[in-house]
Amino acid sequence: MSIHILEISYLIASLTFIIGLKMLSHPDSARKGNLIAAAGMLLAIIVTLTLYQEFDSGKALNYGLIFLGLVIGTIIGTIMAKRVQMTAMPQMVSFFNGMGGACAALIAIIEFQHHQHATVTGFDGELLVMLLGLLIGSVSFSGSLIAYGKLEGKIKDKVLPFNQAVNMILLGTIVVLILIQMVSGSSPVLFYVLLGLALVYGILFVMPIGGADMPVVISLLNSFTGMAAAFGGFLYGNKAMLTGGILVGSAGTILTILMCNAMNRSLTNVLLGAFGGSAGGSAKTGPGDQTVREISISDTAVLLSYSQSVVIVPGYGLAVAQAQHVCHELEKLLSEKGVEVNYAIHPVAGRMPGHMNVLLAEADVPYERLQEMEEINDKFANTDVVIVIGANDVVNPAAKNDPSSPIYGMPILDVDQAKNVIVMKRGMAAGYAGIENELFFYPKTRMLFGDAKATLQKLTAEVKEV
Amino acid sequence: MEAILNFIGDNMEMVYFLVLAILLGIEVISNVPAILHTPLMSGANAVHGVVVVGAIIVMLQASPDNYLALTVGFLAVIVGTLNVVGGFVVTDRMLEMFKKKPKKS
Repeated sequence: MSIHILEISYLIASLTFIIGLKMLSHPDSARKGNLIAAAGMLLAIIVTLTLYQEFDSGKALNYGLIFLGLVIGTIIGTIMAKRVQMTAMPQMVSFFNGMGGACAALIAIIEFQHHQHATVTGFDGELLVMLLGLLIGSVSFSGSLIAYGKLEGKIKDKVLPFNQAVNMILLGTIVVLILIQMVSGSSPVLFYVLLGLALVYGILFVMPIGGADMPVVISLLNSFTGMAAAFGGFLYGNKAMLTGGILVGSAGTILTILMCNAMNRSLTNVLLGAFGGSAGGSAKTGPGDQTVREISISDTAVLLSYSQSVVIVPGYGLAVAQAQHVCHELEKLLSEKGVEVNYAIHPVAGRMPGHMNVLLAEADVPYERLQEMEEINDKFANTDVVIVIGANDVVNPAAKNDPSSPIYGMPILDVDQAKNVIVMKRGMAAGYAGIENELFFYPKTRMLFGDAKATLQKLTAEVKEV
Repeated sequence: MEAILNFIGDNMEMVYFLVLAILLGIEVISNVPAILHTPLMSGANAVHGVVVVGAIIVMLQASPDNYLALTVGFLAVIVGTLNVVGGFVVTDRMLEMFKKKPKKS
């Protein structure tokens, strides 16, 4: 009897995952969708705890420890998720993703212990499923933690010599070892060697990929963890794990591709391109020798106040400085003066797609002021002033006219069409892709150096005076 | 070769399940606006936290004197729960930003 209730509950949980993900892909229903999926998850956990029985012995064990683990995980998870800054969301997702990968790998380790005592003749499908769960989970774990470290700024982008070659060899070795393991039967030594190699592979896989591409990588690792969870589900014949895992595995893969499309790049290009490999202190050629022109805050205030139309281009710098509220204030003030103010949102501005929308929505900026790249690009020619706040790569003309640039081909905001461009930046450092931006040296561009929040506050005060 | 075919044949139900779920996942995601890429990724991240169910099952099956399994399983339950709880809470916080407002286009 209880086994049927368990199975039906898993079915319900699976349905909530599907419906939840579906609702998450529409702005109006997204939040509810998340809660529905969470409710399904809670159901799956509760019925597993109460109704799952070890069918051999008829009893289930270790309730105390399980409960303790659930409580510890819940407390730490809630605190971390509640405390994290909006700007640090992508790395938080990456961290939690890594935890899921670790969980899948740990399950595979224990199951392997059990499996060793079993004698299997012929093709050992269970062992293969276990190995795949272990490997994908481990790669996801170490890779996610590296992605987390990179976005936190704790790990620098580093391209090791022959990184791609080493990765290919490592991957080849892993495949060969799996085959050996499958043919010769389960060997604990080989199993742990594989575990180690997978962890190393995860690190080397993410290491050379530039920070600007991190969201794509996190999304990919996310679908990896989904697959690892699905392998776990296969092992136990657990339908909830299977649906949840496979769903995320396939949906995550599609989402990864969608993200790449938003940047007009292919997945292989992201993974093998080693974005920004020759970045930073390389020889200063071309625009590097030119000088930029600065503008004072009071001049900016006058310029803005007497404009017909102003477009604000927010970027990661706005998020870091937490300047969205001041920015909104400036925009309101200018609107009151009769200036038409809009925001130009590049699909990948910030460190994750939608980053700017989330940030500006928090500051109560009206939706209709946020314009997508396609609609606003035609309007730049009729714009008096564009203010670029902490954005760089998404307005870099090199994406259009320099085929050697790593971001060549990425659609950008055509701010150089506007009559004036004011760039707010902390300094002349390159953007996240690590490349020079010739926009800063254009005759119509003026630089306004300083922290985005402080500068915007002063600017708002000045505009009030005008 | 035959052994592999047998394995697939024995698990035919699962294989059907796998194929259909993959297609479903693709279908569910297509047509998502760029603003929702990140919350969706985060939501999907929380959903694969269902792997914690596997960790719980491992613990339920482990005999109380198998310390290795207990320790590893205990860790698995903690990290799995972190994935689930953290994932859903973070997603909710992201979506909280999209407050309901009269939407004009």
